[in-house]
Amino acid sequence: MSDISQTPSQIATAGKAPSKHAGSLLAQSPHTKKRNAAERRFRAYGMAAIGVGLLMLLILVTTIVGRGTGAFQQTYVTLNVELVEKKLDKSGTRDLAAIKKVTTFGYAPLIRDAVAAKVAELGIETDLKPKALAGILSKDAAATLRAFVLENPDQIGETVEFRFLTSSRVDGYMKGRVSRDSIANDKNISPEQLDIVDAMVGAGTLETVFNLDFITGADASDARPEAAGMGVSMLGSLFMMLVVLALALPIGVAASIYLEEFAPKNWLTDIIEVNISNLAAVPSIVFGILGLAVFINYMHLPMSAPLVGGLVLTLMTLPTIIISTRAALKAVPPSIRDAALGVGASRMQAVFHHVLPLAAPGILTGTIIGLAQALGETAPLLLIGMVGFIASNAPETLADGLLSPNSAMPAQIYEWAKRADPAFYERAWGGIIILLIFLVTMNTIAVILRRRFERRW
Amino acid sequence: MSFVKYTVSALAVSAAFATAASARDQVQVAGSSTVLPYASIVAEAFGENFDFPTPVVESGGSSAGLKRFCEGVGENTIDIANASRQIKEKELQACADNGVSDIIEVQIGYDGIVFASDINGNGFAFSPEDWFLALSDEIVVDGALVANPNKSWADVNAAFPDQSIQAFVPGTKHGTREVFEDKVILAGCEATGAFDMLKEANGGDKKAAEKACIRLRTDGVSVDIDGDYTETLARIESNKDGIGVFGLAFYENNTDKLQVATMSDVVPSTESIATGEYPVSRPLFFYVKKAHIGVIPGLKEFAEFFVADEVAGPDGPLAEYGLVSDPELSKTQAVVSDEAIIGGNS
Repeated sequence: MSDISQTPSQIATAGKAPSKHAGSLLAQSPHTKKRNAAERRFRAYGMAAIGVGLLMLLILVTTIVGRGTGAFQQTYVTLNVELVEKKLDKSGTRDLAAIKKVTTFGYAPLIRDAVAAKVAELGIETDLKPKALAGILSKDAAATLRAFVLENPDQIGETVEFRFLTSSRVDGYMKGRVSRDSIANDKNISPEQLDIVDAMVGAGTLETVFNLDFITGADASDARPEAAGMGVSMLGSLFMMLVVLALALPIGVAASIYLEEFAPKNWLTDIIEVNISNLAAVPSIVFGILGLAVFINYMHLPMSAPLVGGLVLTLMTLPTIIISTRAALKAVPPSIRDAALGVGASRMQAVFHHVLPLAAPGILTGTIIGLAQALGETAPLLLIGMVGFIASNAPETLADGLLSPNSAMPAQIYEWAKRADPAFYERAWGGIIILLIFLVTMNTIAVILRRRFERRW
Repeated sequence: MSFVKYTVSALAVSAAFATAASARDQVQVAGSSTVLPYASIVAEAFGENFDFPTPVVESGGSSAGLKRFCEGVGENTIDIANASRQIKEKELQACADNGVSDIIEVQIGYDGIVFASDINGNGFAFSPEDWFLALSDEIVVDGALVANPNKSWADVNAAFPDQSIQAFVPGTKHGTREVFEDKVILAGCEATGAFDMLKEANGGDKKAAEKACIRLRTDGVSVDIDGDYTETLARIESNKDGIGVFGLAFYENNTDKLQVATMSDVVPSTESIATGEYPVSRPLFFYVKKAHIGVIPGLKEFAEFFVADEVAGPDGPLAEYGLVSDPELSKTQAVVSDEAIIGGNS
């Protein structure tokens, strides 16, 4: 009974002796302190990592918004142009074929006169020649005028009010991108022209307003960046996405259902499975080369066509869709299938009536994320001729949209970023904003679908 | 299985479209990124003024464009190749092998190549010798060929400021590189006497000596830019000592960021290039596939419009953008209207 007769101090020493971990719960042992410190450190690392990520995102968003918002504003000038009959329709017969013979170069003098008249009307003193005065305007002005006359030949001889684009330098001056100092060596604009611009702003003739044409318009050549818009390339992207959706979704879903529900588990299906995962990791440029070799050189599909772009992006999106669809199908518990089979459904009925509807939100989420990925892809489009000065004719029919040459949003951004005039650079950033809005919207829809409809067991 | 039906019908419809598409109705152009802005300006004006759709202009470089051009005859090949250099014998042969025998060569004008540095940095007045001494692999020092020891521009020419040498030159896939080598480095090589020494060292072989002349140093002083001029500009913005090679039109659009250097005491401008005073310039071309004229609607009209006085002339939009118009434009116009092919009227 010597154990019992031990004094409390003896117990304490006996307890201490066998293990160094023993101690008060209130006072932390050095080892516990070390473990807790490690955890605190890890949390701090985690927070720092998130902080760095957020900071990057913040820098990215502020840069994009800061540089791109300028593209959504454009400077216009309002002028009264006299549509001189002698110049536009010499015969006076209003015969459209005859009027068409007058090219945009023939319209330039009318615009020159109109600017000179406006400057005189506003009482601005200047030594500039009419040609220099017209330099304030975009070269697009003559095209605008010609298009109007061809549509309204009966208005020849009248004086009509027009709103013309100003040149990219004037636009940059209004937005603060171009200053009087920065144009010291610039032969495209002179300080005297800017004086006139200032006077016109004062008179309310020249103003910077919201630029709808940037969202709806076509690409423009290097000589008139102020006229360039994203609209046509947006349509190009839309048609490509239609092709991707029409092909990748049914093919991907059919392949996944077969692999997941019907295929026997053997070495062949294992190989297929591994290769689908491999395919998902193939760089997109490879699909571009494949598209060039197969769709254009071998199948003789037209170059630069959104149909070909869509086919290439389908190849790229398929693995994403297959993998996410299989995951969604796997997530449906076997009890659902068993119950359906138990009441006498065939395997196909069990899949299509019970499993597929339950997996649909997951499939749709995967599809939308795959589409968003495809929407932002540029590399494969380089090889099939969708990058360049292409997005200039808006498609009129579905067939036209699929087959006539077009660009895509990311390709258009890439193209603008390469061009010499800094005004294109601004538009590239503006294009990024539009593209990001699309991507964020698509991802939000995917998240909402998943949150609202996905069931967990 | 309604979606299976939809899929099948969608596939059928796209297949039907594909066959309907066999008739291409717009001109397709590809090639040099230097010619691209000019070609797109013309394409835009062409689409506005004619009833043909706006031609499609792609870039990719002179060599890539000519390669695609020579792939064969047919609607799946391009109609026009833009080039910032003349077509080579080898390329003509490749074309002929693929059945592209009748090619119309059209010279649209001249383009200047300028040397520019950061607007706030030092100004330079270069001569070809300076560039050779700064960038060549081997130079002559005290009568012997040695690996280029120059680190600073002051080493190259006592008149220059002490600024470390950092050059951004176009990569070898660019037509611009060839002009830079021929008109600057090779000229400098000959002027400094290195050419004769190299010729001697190579046993009198002129070709080998030329090759040795244009070999640039690889110690990081000269950086090849394979991208576009925007990349060169970005490099100069981040490295204020850098001096880059640009096209004249690009410089003229970015005068707020760049200052241009003179070459042999001539300031580059459309005028000094047109008179031939400014030495570093080259002709720009496009090549038309004669077999496509009459097949692709608007092809000949586009080619004629491209070289028309109001477009490519001294007051036209191309000259305004930076092209130095060809004083013998009327000859070029005759070539296009007669459809005169390379190598005579065979």
